[in-house]
Amino acid sequence: MSIGFWLLQSLNALALGGLLFLLSSGFSLIFGLMRVANLSHGAYFMLGAYVGLSVLQAGFGFIEAILAAGIVIAILGGLIERFLLRRLANRTLAQVLVTLGLAFAIADICLMLWSGDPMQLPAPKWLSQPIRAFGFVFPGYRVFVVEVSIVVALLLWLLIERTKLGAMVRASVDDIQMARGVGIPAQKLFSFIFCLGAALAGMGGVLGGPILSVYPGLDGEMLPLALVVVILGGIGSIGGAFVGAYITGFVYTFGQTLLPAFSYVILFLPMIVILAFRPSGLFGKSAP
Amino acid sequence: MTAEIALQINGMTKNFGGLKAIDRVDLTIPKGDRRLLLGPNGAGKTTLFNLITGDLKPTAGSVQLFGRDITGLASHHCAPLGLARTYQIITLFPKNTLAENVVLSLLGISPLRWSPISRIKGRKEFEERARAALKQVGLDAKADRPLGETSYGEKRRLEIALALAQNPSLLLLDEPLAGLSRQERLDVQALIESIPRDITLILIEHDMDVALALADSITVMYHGRVICEGDRAQVVADPRVKEIYLAS
Amino acid sequence: MTNTSRITTISVTLLILALAAPLLLGQPFYINIGSQVLIAAIFAMSLNILVGYGGMTSIGHAAYLGTSAYVVALLTLQHGFSFYSASAVALLVVVIMAAIFGAIALRGTGITFLMITLALGQTMWGVAFRWSDVTGGDNGLPDIKRPDLFGLNLVEPGLFYAVMIALFMVALAGMWIFIHSGLGLSLQGTRDQPRRMGMLGHHVWLVRWIAFIIAGFWAGVAGIAFIGYHGYIHPLSLGLANSAEVLLMVIAGGAGTLLGPVVGATIVVVLKMVVSAYVSRWVLLLGCTFVAIVILLPEGVVPGLERLLKSILPAARDDGEAGS
Ligand SMILES: Nc1ncnc2c1ncn2[C@@H]1O[C@H](COP(=O)(O)OP(=O)(O)O)[C@@H](O)[C@H]1O
Ligand SMILES: [Mg+2]
Repeated sequence: MSIGFWLLQSLNALALGGLLFLLSSGFSLIFGLMRVANLSHGAYFMLGAYVGLSVLQAGFGFIEAILAAGIVIAILGGLIERFLLRRLANRTLAQVLVTLGLAFAIADICLMLWSGDPMQLPAPKWLSQPIRAFGFVFPGYRVFVVEVSIVVALLLWLLIERTKLGAMVRASVDDIQMARGVGIPAQKLFSFIFCLGAALAGMGGVLGGPILSVYPGLDGEMLPLALVVVILGGIGSIGGAFVGAYITGFVYTFGQTLLPAFSYVILFLPMIVILAFRPSGLFGKSAP
Repeated sequence: MTAEIALQINGMTKNFGGLKAIDRVDLTIPKGDRRLLLGPNGAGKTTLFNLITGDLKPTAGSVQLFGRDITGLASHHCAPLGLARTYQIITLFPKNTLAENVVLSLLGISPLRWSPISRIKGRKEFEERARAALKQVGLDAKADRPLGETSYGEKRRLEIALALAQNPSLLLLDEPLAGLSRQERLDVQALIESIPRDITLILIEHDMDVALALADSITVMYHGRVICEGDRAQVVADPRVKEIYLAS
Repeated sequence: MTNTSRITTISVTLLILALAAPLLLGQPFYINIGSQVLIAAIFAMSLNILVGYGGMTSIGHAAYLGTSAYVVALLTLQHGFSFYSASAVALLVVVIMAAIFGAIALRGTGITFLMITLALGQTMWGVAFRWSDVTGGDNGLPDIKRPDLFGLNLVEPGLFYAVMIALFMVALAGMWIFIHSGLGLSLQGTRDQPRRMGMLGHHVWLVRWIAFIIAGFWAGVAGIAFIGYHGYIHPLSLGLANSAEVLLMVIAGGAGTLLGPVVGATIVVVLKMVVSAYVSRWVLLLGCTFVAIVILLPEGVVPGLERLLKSILPAARDDGEAGS
C-alpha cells in the first residue's frame, strides 16, 4: 500500500475524529454538568442528518441544511430537557433510562419517515473540490470537516474558558452544590448546554452525512463511539473530547482498514488501557 | 513494647487539592486507652478516621495497628484485623431489619460471605450473636423491625451495635452522640461506658462535658493538626484550647 | 398466616396457573409464547442480579445471551459438536467473557459502569455483524437443530415447553438460594451501603465482579435456550435494542424482587407479540414504554402489587421475610 493510501486514510481518520468531536463534546458537557449520560445523542446525530437531507431535497443549500438540523435538534433537546429530564431531577439513573427509551423512539420515527434505505447526503460542489498538496490529491470535503471541527473546538474552548457563561459552566462541573450556593442559575445553564449539545450532534449528523451516508442504525453505531471518546478523554472536558475524538477516529479508521472484522474490538483497546491506568480519563479529574 | 500500642500514626498528611485537611499528625494510642478526639468542625477528625480505615489514601505518613503496618490498606482489610468504626453520618441498611443489619456485620468476618448457596437466615450463630449485639445496645426488642421504623436515636445505637458485633480490638466512634436529645445522649453515653475495657476506643465528640467524662485522655485537633494532648486537666488548662473553644 | 406467607401463597398459585395456562389453551401458538416468556424470564432474572440486587445498571447484557447462542450455533453447524457439548463450551466462553468484561466495566461505577457495559455490548454486536466469514454477518446463522432429550424429540412444542419449565424452575430456585446466601446478602449490602460493607470486611469490588460473572452465566443459559427455541441467531440479538428490552423487563416488573423480572418478561414478550401482529412499530413502543415506566412506575409492577395486596389483606403482624 502506497504512501498516498496511508495519507488518505489519515485524512479519513481526521475527518471521523472531527465528526466524533462534534458528537461527543456536547455529550461530555451535558454529562459533566448534569451527570446525565444522554443516550439519545446518537439518535440526535442521525435525526440531524435526516433533517439536513430533507432540507437539501427541498432545494436549499448545504449551510441551510446544517443550520436547520442544528435548530430542529436543539428545539427537540430543549423540549426533552424541559418536559422529561427536569421532572426527574436528581434521579440520574431514571434520566439516563429515559434518554435510552427516547433513542429508540427517535430511531423508529426516523425509520417511519425516511424508510429503511440508506441515503446519500451529497456534499456541495463548492466543498468537494479535490485539494492538491505534497504531490497528492485529497478529497476536499474531508478537509472541510476537519477545519469545521477545529473551528468549533476553538469556539467552544473560548466559550468555556473565556466567557462568564463558561466560567459558570466550569464552576458547576466542578461542584454543582457550591455553584448553586453562589447563585449560579444551574437550571438555565442545564437547558442551555443541553440544547447546545443537541445542536452540535444534529449539525454533526449533516456534516457527517456525505462521509458516512444516512441509514437506520447510524445512531447505534455513533453512540458507542461517543461513549468511548468520553471515557477516553475524561468526562466534562472539551480538551478531553477533542483528543479522545481524534484518537478514536484514528483507531477506528485504521482498524477498519486493517482488520475490518474486529474494528470494534480494536476500538475498545485504548479505552481499556485508559480505564486500567486512569479510570477518570486522560483529562478527567482523578478522584482524591 | 509495640504490643502495648494499639494504634500508631506517624507524619500523617492528607491534601484535598490545596487544602491540607491533615497536616503531619502523629498519634499514639496505647492498648486499652479511651481517647477523645476533640476539635471544631472541619478540624480533620473524620478525615483522620478515613485515613486509618483505608477509605482515603494518605498523601504521606504511616499507620500501624497493633504493630502492623496498615498504611493505604483497603478498608475491607480492617475488620479481620480487629478494627471497626461508626460513621458520623448514619450509614445503615435501609431495606433491612435491625437484626439483618447486624447480620451483615457478622457476615463481614465470616467465610460464609463468599458462599453463593448457604442460607444465612435461621443460622443459630448469626441469629444469636445478632441478638446479643442488639441487646448490648438495648435494641433487642426491635430486632425484627425494619430500619425505617426506628428513631434517629435508635439508629445511632445500631451504628454502634454493627461495630461491636465484630468484637473489635480497636473501635473508632465518629460523633456517636451527634443530633441526639438530652435523654438519648445519656443512654448512648452509658452504652459507651459499658463497652468492655479491653476494647481500645477512639471517640470523636464535640460536647466537652460528655466526652471528658468518657475519655481517659484527650487529643485536640485544629486545622488538620494536633495542637494539644493530655488528660482532662492539662487540656482544659491549655491556652490554645481555650482560645479555640471560646472563639467558636 | 402472616401477610408475607399469604403473599407467597398467592404468588406461587399465580405462578403455577401462569405456567399451566399455555398448556390449557392447548394450541402450539400459545405454548410457543410460553416458551419464549420463560426464556426471556431466565434472561431477565440474570440481569436482575446486577440491576436489582447489585445496583449495577448494565446496558450490554444481550452480549452474553447472544455470544452463548452464537457459540452453540457455530460449534454445532461448523465443528460437528452435539448441541449439549456445544452448550457446555458456550457457558465456559460466556463465563470467561463476563470475567473479562466485568473487570473492565467495574473500573467505573454508576453511570460510567452503564456506559462501559453499553460500549462493550456493542463490541460484541460489531463482531457478530462484521466478522461475516464466521458469523454470517447480517444473514445470521440459521438451521440449528433442536436436540433430543432422553430420546424425546423437542421439536414438539409441548415437550420443549416442559423442558423450559424445568429449566426456569432450576433458575428460579437457584436465584432464590443465591439471594438468601451469604454472597447474595453481601451483594445487596454493597448495593445499599458500599462504604460500610467495605468497613465490615466485605470485598465490595470482588463481590460485584463475582455477581457479574454469575449474571453472565445465567444469561448464557438463556442464550442456549434461545438458540434451542429459534434455531437461528442474528447480530440483532446481541444489540442495544435487545439489551434495552431485557432491562425494561427487569425495571417494569420490579428490580430487586424475585418474581419482578418474570412478570416483566411476560408483559414485554406478550406486548411485543400483540403489537407486532398489527403494526411493525415495536421499537417505537419499546422506547415509549421505557419512558413511561421510568416516569410513572419506577419501582415496577411487582412491588406495587405487593403493596396493594398488603393493604387489602387484613392486617396481621408481619414478621416473616419480605416477599422477595
Ligand atoms: N473527600 C473530601 N474532599 C475534599 N475535602 C474534604 C473531603 N473530606 C473532608 N474534606 C475537608 O477536609 C476538612 C476536614 O473535614 P473533616 O475531617 O470532615 O472535619 P471534622 O470531622 O473534624 O469536622 C474540611 O475542610 C472538609 O471540607
Ligand atoms: Mg467529622
